[in-house]
Amino acid sequence: MARLLLLSLLVPFAAAAAAPEVPITIRDHRFEPAEVRIPAGTKVKLVVHNQDPTAEEFESYELNREKVIPGGSKASIFIGPLEPGRYPFFGEFNEKTAQGVVIAE
Amino acid sequence: MLGSAIIVFRESLEAALLIGIIAAAARALPRRGAWLGAGVGAGVAGALVVAAFASSIGELADGVGQEMLNAGVLFAAVLMLAWHNIWMSRHARAMVSDARAVVRDVADGRRELSAIAAVVALAVLREGSETVLFLYGVLAQGESVAGVAIGGVLGLAAGALVGAALYAGLLRIPVRWFFSVTAAMVLLIAAGMAGQSARFLIQGDLLPALASPLWDTSGWLATDSTVGMLLHVLAGYDARPSGMQALFYFGTLVLILAGMRWVRTQDAIAPPPGARAAGAT
Repeated sequence: MARLLLLSLLVPFAAAAAAPEVPITIRDHRFEPAEVRIPAGTKVKLVVHNQDPTAEEFESYELNREKVIPGGSKASIFIGPLEPGRYPFFGEFNEKTAQGVVIAE
Repeated sequence: MLGSAIIVFRESLEAALLIGIIAAAARALPRRGAWLGAGVGAGVAGALVVAAFASSIGELADGVGQEMLNAGVLFAAVLMLAWHNIWMSRHARAMVSDARAVVRDVADGRRELSAIAAVVALAVLREGSETVLFLYGVLAQGESVAGVAIGGVLGLAAGALVGAALYAGLLRIPVRWFFSVTAAMVLLIAAGMAGQSARFLIQGDLLPALASPLWDTSGWLATDSTVGMLLHVLAGYDARPSGMQALFYFGTLVLILAGMRWVRTQDAIAPPPGARAAGAT
């Protein structure tokens, strides 16, 4: 029983290693792609590459995530496992143009 | 210019509200202003350093260095706030009845004030480093220095104004309830920060989410609405918290409350030296 409990505790860490990576690029204050399709029910690692010289804040109320990405650098953001649905995100520092959505299906 | 003002306002609001509450909660302590000032100064200096190294910090630990830093800063602030509340629950009664008794207890008061300064510094550090990065970006985009500076100052002033309004409002509370009210506010802020630190650790995949989300009240009160944002800052409200976040939130709440209660029962058995003067009046 104790061994089973220990095993079940390790499962999230084992699953973490397998989280598929999804690349997103920020250029001219826009997300590329602006529509990100991911499988529902699994954890996904968003790798956001900010190619602008200026910082951007990746933010999403629906995904409950926020992260500053300095100009010219890459950042990882883990999301999910998600229910099927649409999860909008935006760049807080350039909200007018930097809009995107994660679609879990 | 307006853009910078709004972003700086939003980033500084959280720190300003916290400073307002902390300044009110520490109002009976001597030389409070100097300690708060030192906290703000250290926070600004730290924010500049963090902003300067933001890229390298972000790339640490496989791209989740920022999450580890944020979670660490928040967790340190939670510890300081817990210490503040537990210390206060021991001294509040003596403070209400005899402010001078506390001044006599200088060594103790200094330790409490250094904890308060640390909380202020950590809050300014976290919000400030994002503000610096943003303003630097706007400048790099070729907006005029004057425009950015005016916008930044306007945003900062608006944030400070809200903090000052909260401070003034808190001071109007009758002394009888004052420490209970500020203790409750600090308690909720600490719990909210603990929840936030859990959220950063989940975002960096350093903790499992347990359930995401545990519940969803965004239809009823969205986190990005004005009331939602205010509740988010003051009580850690989150419309879609994960299970781990809720665990950290309520765990912190229970632990600090237990600490406060424990100190009070200890004092009932053997009162601290400072409480004797209070008991005599």
